[in-house]
Amino acid sequence: MLNINYFASLREEFGSSGEALALPAGVASVADLVTYLVRERDPAWAMLEDSSRVLVAVNQCIVERSHPLEGNEEVAFFPPMTGG
Amino acid sequence: MIRVQQEDFSVADLYAGLRAQSPNAGAIVTFTGLVREFYQGAGAGPRVQTLFLEHYPGMTEKALQDIVDQARERWEVIACQVIHRVGELQAGEQIVYVGVAGTHRGEAFAAAEFIMDYLKTRAPFWKRQQTDEGSGWIESRASDDEARSRWEQ
Repeated sequence: MLNINYFASLREEFGSSGEALALPAGVASVADLVTYLVRERDPAWAMLEDSSRVLVAVNQCIVERSHPLEGNEEVAFFPPMTGG
Repeated sequence: MIRVQQEDFSVADLYAGLRAQSPNAGAIVTFTGLVREFYQGAGAGPRVQTLFLEHYPGMTEKALQDIVDQARERWEVIACQVIHRVGELQAGEQIVYVGVAGTHRGEAFAAAEFIMDYLKTRAPFWKRQQTDEGSGWIESRASDDEARSRWEQ
């Protein structure tokens, strides 16, 4: 299962802090997962497509959208960080 | 030493600890970040009442450790402390602390600034502010990305 987490404004937009998701058919990368979520969910999820406003971490490391997924990863979507 | 915590911290105690564990240091630089009462600068924009700090438990600690490791590769750092608070904070409270003991001041200053510049854009913290005009997530600033990217040149 993919263990997906949403943080900050995304958590509020989606009304969810995360979910477990079996790797959908045809999903082999972060970009594929985004395409799947945007297609399957309500319009708020379209924001995931904007890579300047939504960052992605796989197994707690920031990755590019081309990063491969095998189906057992921890994935997180969040806005650019604003700590400090 | 890296800590992500709700509780406040004592810079005096941290400084004493850093000094005790760095007998050969020639310089100690400490930085403390505070919650501004006016996020956009003194008297500009709405007045901040509270700030809520969300983070990504697990990744936060890893990201901070990675930043400290990078600083240690670039400069001769004898000891290093990073503390970042999470949860609800009031205007004027301490939010972040970086302490670096080095052989010389140049290294200690540079390492502390490097750690702060990376922390702001690479460690998974997000700020939501409650002001006298409403509440909302704080947007990232291009100037923070620029501050980080100058270390990459």
